[in-house]
Amino acid sequence: MSNKVRLMQGNEACVEGAIAAGMKFYAGYPITPSTEIAEISAERLPRIGGKFIQMEDEIAGIAAAIGASLTGAKTMTATSGPGFSLKQENIGYACIAEIPVVVVNVQRGGPSTGQPTSPAQGDMMQAKWGTHGDHPVIALCPSSVRETFDLTIRAFNLAEKYRMPVLLMMDEVIGHMREKIEIPNASEIEIVDRKRPSCPAEDYLPFKPEANLVPLMADFGAGYRYHVTGLVHDETGFPSNSTDIADKLIRRLVDKVELNKEDIITWEEENTEDADIIIFAYGCVARAAKTAIKILREKGIKVGLFRPITVWPFPEERLIELSKSVKTIIAPEMNLGQMVLEVERLCNKHTKIERLNKVNGEIIYPEEIVAKIEEVL
Amino acid sequence: MEKHEVRLSGSGGQGLLLAGIILAEAAILDGKNAVQTQSYGPEARGGASKSEVLISEDVIDFPKVRVCDVLLSLTQKSYEQYNHGLKEDGILILDSSVTVDASVKNRIFSMPIIETAAKVLGKPMVTNIVALGAIVEVTKLVSDASLEAAVLSRVPKGTEELNKRALSLGYEIARQSMNK
Repeated sequence: MSNKVRLMQGNEACVEGAIAAGMKFYAGYPITPSTEIAEISAERLPRIGGKFIQMEDEIAGIAAAIGASLTGAKTMTATSGPGFSLKQENIGYACIAEIPVVVVNVQRGGPSTGQPTSPAQGDMMQAKWGTHGDHPVIALCPSSVRETFDLTIRAFNLAEKYRMPVLLMMDEVIGHMREKIEIPNASEIEIVDRKRPSCPAEDYLPFKPEANLVPLMADFGAGYRYHVTGLVHDETGFPSNSTDIADKLIRRLVDKVELNKEDIITWEEENTEDADIIIFAYGCVARAAKTAIKILREKGIKVGLFRPITVWPFPEERLIELSKSVKTIIAPEMNLGQMVLEVERLCNKHTKIERLNKVNGEIIYPEEIVAKIEEVL
Repeated sequence: MEKHEVRLSGSGGQGLLLAGIILAEAAILDGKNAVQTQSYGPEARGGASKSEVLISEDVIDFPKVRVCDVLLSLTQKSYEQYNHGLKEDGILILDSSVTVDASVKNRIFSMPIIETAAKVLGKPMVTNIVALGAIVEVTKLVSDASLEAAVLSRVPKGTEELNKRALSLGYEIARQSMNK
């Protein structure tokens, strides 16, 4: 076996992707089914001049990752449902203070401690609405080990480019499964670094946006002294009570994502060209959908797949377009109906939408999707 | 080549997760595709645990066993819990301690896997490697050379000879079982 081709676990691919992207700092609190991300980071980071810290809890984990990011390091924290709940306040802090950080959630059954070793997709709406206040969200959702590697790199790139937290929404199946993966050469990987100021320190306005709405970010300790706060602030970084400044800031934070959707949104389609029915699926369920499509196509039923890779912002335009030419969209999810709310909101004028939900801690099987489609045909 | 779906079941702590990883790595060494998944309870030891391996020449979409071609059960409890989905002509490889209802029509290979590791080799920790040898001898899912290479790349330094012996004893008890 060459070094490049090997059997790799999803959680391991996440760490390898992070390191390929330039991660130099990881802080977190281990929790099943994300624990290997912490374990492997602890082993790998010190060997490449990075730092790993196990903090006292999940809140401290993201807080440390945010602090380290301010010094210029690319940072990550990983968790599962209970920890994702705890991290929400600091996700909002990273949004308003515009600090790049990658937050991984390997989803398991909830609520609360729920089903620690079982897969789920129950945190998809929490990714969008978990922290309070209007804020930008970028959330990516891998459905293979190789894609976990690629999307972790992309999460770092987007965090750096837009100065914000980026969420990688894995699930227990993808996190724990091992499959054959070929790691690309470093020269084939696109790496994005945050833009830093070059002006004299006295001229630096830490929250004055560039044309792309993103301010230049100085490393703490590099001589640019500035204030960072979770309060609404002006371009100097100091708190402000101005309604005008508040309005402009919140709109700009959200617009960083809204106005750059084309750069951010990605999805996969399979067999949609002639499809009468589309399966809307993401994460591990998309793999069940692909097998279901093979079974149904053999029976002459024209089924295709639409898989959002960027789940937030949601790939609205393309899904609306597809919904106009199909009879039904089936949305299998390992929750009681979350992303389907977007599908319904966008597409119910154009087509029929059917839900298929499972929350018993088991992956949705291809046969269950086949049965549902045969039932609604 | 068609897809082969293998389920390894036993008690937590018997090393079946590692056995699944080794089997998948051996398949990749053979130039095939492989996916390995697991399912286990919150216990560190005991309980019923399973590790599943899918081997195919093609892309593997759904990563879990749907129709089981080969089931290994090292304990009665894991057999009861995980024998669902076994194909009619599926292969059942059992530790001698596991009993099966007379109505079961599968090809059954019963052999002293746990006892061979514990009594013959004196190391219960190589139960999983004995089991791998037995599975591969019966099913020929991967080549012996790839299996040995995969085992040796995963076991702790200094235990290579022990693990090679465990493999060959696995082959041997499987052959005895096949000749019965």
